[in-house]
Amino acid sequence: MKRSLPLLWRRINERYNLVGSICQTCNTPYFPSRKICPKCRRKGKLISQKMPNEGKIFTFTQVHAAPAGFEHETPYFMAIIQLKNDVKVLAQLVDSPVEKVKIGANAKMVFRKIYEDNHEGAIAYGYKFKIV
Amino acid sequence: MENSYKSKTGIIGYGASIPHMRIKVEEIARVWGKDGLRASSGLGIKEKAVACIDEDSATFAVESSRIAIESSGIDPSKIGAIYVGSESKPYAVKPTASIVVDAVSATPHMTAADFEFACKAGTAAIQTCMGMVASKMIEYGLAVGSDTAQGKPSDALEYSAGGGAAAYIIGPAEQSIAIINDTYSFTTDTPDFWRRQHAEFPEHAGRFTAEPAYFRHVISAAKGLLEKTGTTVEDYDYAVFHQPNGKFPLRAAKILGFPESKISQGLLTPMIGNTYSAASMIGLASVLDVAKPGSRILCVSYGSGAGSDAFSITVTDKILEKNRRPLESVMTLAKKDVEYIDYAIYAKHRRKIKSL
Repeated sequence: MKRSLPLLWRRINERYNLVGSICQTCNTPYFPSRKICPKCRRKGKLISQKMPNEGKIFTFTQVHAAPAGFEHETPYFMAIIQLKNDVKVLAQLVDSPVEKVKIGANAKMVFRKIYEDNHEGAIAYGYKFKIV
Repeated sequence: MENSYKSKTGIIGYGASIPHMRIKVEEIARVWGKDGLRASSGLGIKEKAVACIDEDSATFAVESSRIAIESSGIDPSKIGAIYVGSESKPYAVKPTASIVVDAVSATPHMTAADFEFACKAGTAAIQTCMGMVASKMIEYGLAVGSDTAQGKPSDALEYSAGGGAAAYIIGPAEQSIAIINDTYSFTTDTPDFWRRQHAEFPEHAGRFTAEPAYFRHVISAAKGLLEKTGTTVEDYDYAVFHQPNGKFPLRAAKILGFPESKISQGLLTPMIGNTYSAASMIGLASVLDVAKPGSRILCVSYGSGAGSDAFSITVTDKILEKNRRPLESVMTLAKKDVEYIDYAIYAKHRRKIKSL
């Protein structure tokens, strides 16, 4: 499956370093980044902001029927991580044994390969999380 | 000729990355009908670290670099050069270094490149950073050795080829946790191990990789450095040698006169396999984890093809400052939360099955 290269490139900051945004008016952080603060509307002023790279498992599920490109990784966990600034991020869990995957478990961002366009295409890297 | 880099540079921070999966040498031997215990004791390797399907030399390079930057305490935008040494680049053309540049937020006002010299590309990157820092071209440089080593199924290399990375922030000596007193290299054209363009796995020259290759270069570089610096084996508290297996570094130490007690802390291959470009650099990181101020370290890499880079290093008081060592030691990384896999799972993750 051929994926959009400009999209991959545009998301490098977001995927490599969890860069989202924060509203300077109400101090609310957002991930992924937003153009408009839904709280402050036109009074809001959004700037880029790196999210904390640690958090806790808010909820999780185990994937057995994976989408294209992830078939060889099943079964794997997808989790919503509540970061230290309370922002919630959906991410794949890696290197985490079943017995450690629990709501409230501490998780840390790791840098992994997300997908690649066959053996000759570009590789998308980005964040996944592991239980620590 | 006086060397302008001499004692002017050092290690500001360091980090290592080792994957969590392991395969035992006995399990590999079982598949190929060999005597597992004999294979394991013959190589001096019990098990090796295996990269997951979503890991490669770029992800290891990024993980180790992030730890190195954290332990250095420097602002990543002050890094003027990033060099990544590897022989298992995810792209044949497109630098791994530029992935690291963005992933550690050092972008964009700096230079970066990938280095290749078999297993010593990472130490060549350290030397390059030393020169650039000493000449004040840059304030800090990041040198990385990272590999997901390849070994052809059933080949001797398959028993030893592991995966991992180590990264070093090189900067001014006065800020260093360990000063690099001097470096010395020994290089010749010796075809002991290679991978041709488009070939999937490396080839090697069997026993030829020992005397005229590994031992000639490692011993010559070590002796050359001792002579150049006017030091003797007794002056060093630790020695780290490139470790393609668990036996070669022990023999190199014996030839030079180092007791085993001085090299055991930096000998990781028995636990994680040969991590190629990362091997001697992970070993050095393990020594820095425990070294005291004033400790002297001799580190000698080896890259097939062939060459060795030797370094004389002295640990400073700064190593005792808060957070100047990574949170997890190399020995912890090598042993903690390890998952043992069988050959079938290994073949899937390393894409040794044809349809992958």
